[in-house]
Amino acid sequence: MRPADRVERVPPSGIRKFFELAEERDDVISLGVGEPDFSAPWAARDAAIASLERGKTSYTANRGMRDLRTKIAGHVEKRYGFDYDPDEEILVTTGVSEGIDVALRALVNPGDTVALVDPAYVSYQPGVNFAGGEPLIVPTREEEEFRLTYEALEEAGAAEADLLILCYPNNPTGAIMNEEDLKPVAEFCREHDLLVLSDEIYADLTYDQEHDSIATFEGMRERTIVFNGFSKAYAMTGLRLGYALGPSEGIGAMNRIHQYSMLSAPTTAQHAAIEALESCDDEVEEMKRAFNRRRRFVLSRFDDMGMDCFEAKGAFYVFPECPGDDEAFAEGLLESEGVALVPGSVFGEAGDGHLRVSYATGLSSLKEAMDRIESYVESSSR
Amino acid sequence: MDPERELLEVLCQDARAETADLARQTGLSEAEVEEAIADLESEGIVQGYQAIVDWDRTEEEHARAAVELNVTLDRETGYREVADRIAKFPEVTSLQLVSGNYDFLMTVEADSVREISYFVSEKVAPVPEVTQTVTHFVMDTYKEGGIELRDGSDDDRLSVSP
Repeated sequence: MRPADRVERVPPSGIRKFFELAEERDDVISLGVGEPDFSAPWAARDAAIASLERGKTSYTANRGMRDLRTKIAGHVEKRYGFDYDPDEEILVTTGVSEGIDVALRALVNPGDTVALVDPAYVSYQPGVNFAGGEPLIVPTREEEEFRLTYEALEEAGAAEADLLILCYPNNPTGAIMNEEDLKPVAEFCREHDLLVLSDEIYADLTYDQEHDSIATFEGMRERTIVFNGFSKAYAMTGLRLGYALGPSEGIGAMNRIHQYSMLSAPTTAQHAAIEALESCDDEVEEMKRAFNRRRRFVLSRFDDMGMDCFEAKGAFYVFPECPGDDEAFAEGLLESEGVALVPGSVFGEAGDGHLRVSYATGLSSLKEAMDRIESYVESSSR
Repeated sequence: MDPERELLEVLCQDARAETADLARQTGLSEAEVEEAIADLESEGIVQGYQAIVDWDRTEEEHARAAVELNVTLDRETGYREVADRIAKFPEVTSLQLVSGNYDFLMTVEADSVREISYFVSEKVAPVPEVTQTVTHFVMDTYKEGGIELRDGSDDDRLSVSP
């Protein structure tokens, strides 16, 4: 069977290769994982089980259960100072991934240009291709701690773009953008009339400071869709639940696709999410503190090894510079020391020469992995 | 959370962590970690460090019971005085004053159920203030000191994911 051209054009994910290499052996410590090592808070899991016991297995409203949307509205208002109408401006999706896909299909016309931060999560560019848009890569640099700048947008020619996908805290770099960093980006988007899809799935995992959203800047709310969800902070990746926040026309357009392609997000997960928002703040805070301690630990170990690594303050990744070619380093490390991590170039050209190191792993494994990386670096520099 | 409080949290999870690693995790210097631990100890906030043992995996015989105690008090003898007396027995591994239908909840450990029975009936019950004991022998332990007692890791995540 011959796949359609738009599928043929999209190369397979570079992560796949490392997954296959790592799966071949059973002594691997993995720092290549893009999800928490914790399980969802028990109260949330229990609510999911209870909903099944009560027979809650039917579809929900297309936009998601109203109770959930109301709680999401309350949560984002309390946490980030947003104000979104649960009836018109919130869409519950099957993970942020579905949200982004639906938004691209709802907002991008064939031939529209979509500016993408590089390096970034692997699914944006294929998403743009599937939607018929033209990706425009905007490289970020380590000297700027992988933050997006006005100048970078300008240099890349994003003034001509129709839409920008922003993703901070960033996967794979762990970079964050605070109010000061976002301001010029917001200005650029207003000046050049760009819509913004802001993937803020790691917002709650911002360390030693508060997360800022571009949607809270003047003139940005009406041109921004914010994406968040339960996967990372609530450790609910497998429950596949996210949400999109935005002006009613945008959310309405997305819902028009979502209602045909997905009908509604998983019902069981929605029940878990209601409980998560209601009663799991303490667990989220506890997981966040554990991540933060590991973050400091890993950064300090790289520093001691003499591997340059900017101080990533978000998500659960650090992004050290790698001696030599990143792919060769990652393959060699896996082969000789049994430590899996992901080469930075998988996430875009601007990630070349870096490594994505996930610290979503228990401290004892993390310690062992860092020891092995150290011995690999020492032996390969000899 | 201030770094000292955070240090306490880390110690509760792993009291054997090396000073250097504690420093890395909390952002304190090694000297600060050592000083903070010394303070926690001298202030009596940290009273000791123990291993969490799954006795069922050892060759040793080991028995444990939770014992409810009711006591009677008078003008000279309060809960503290009774507790001091009972806590001195080495078999008693924890002793707490609790709300509800009885006064103290006591954990007793010994080499056998028989020894525990003997200890409760011959040593604790005769204490003049003790009016009643109810002994619950522990049949199996699933979680101890915040740690679930089971085999290995149940990390079933994909080893590499986006």
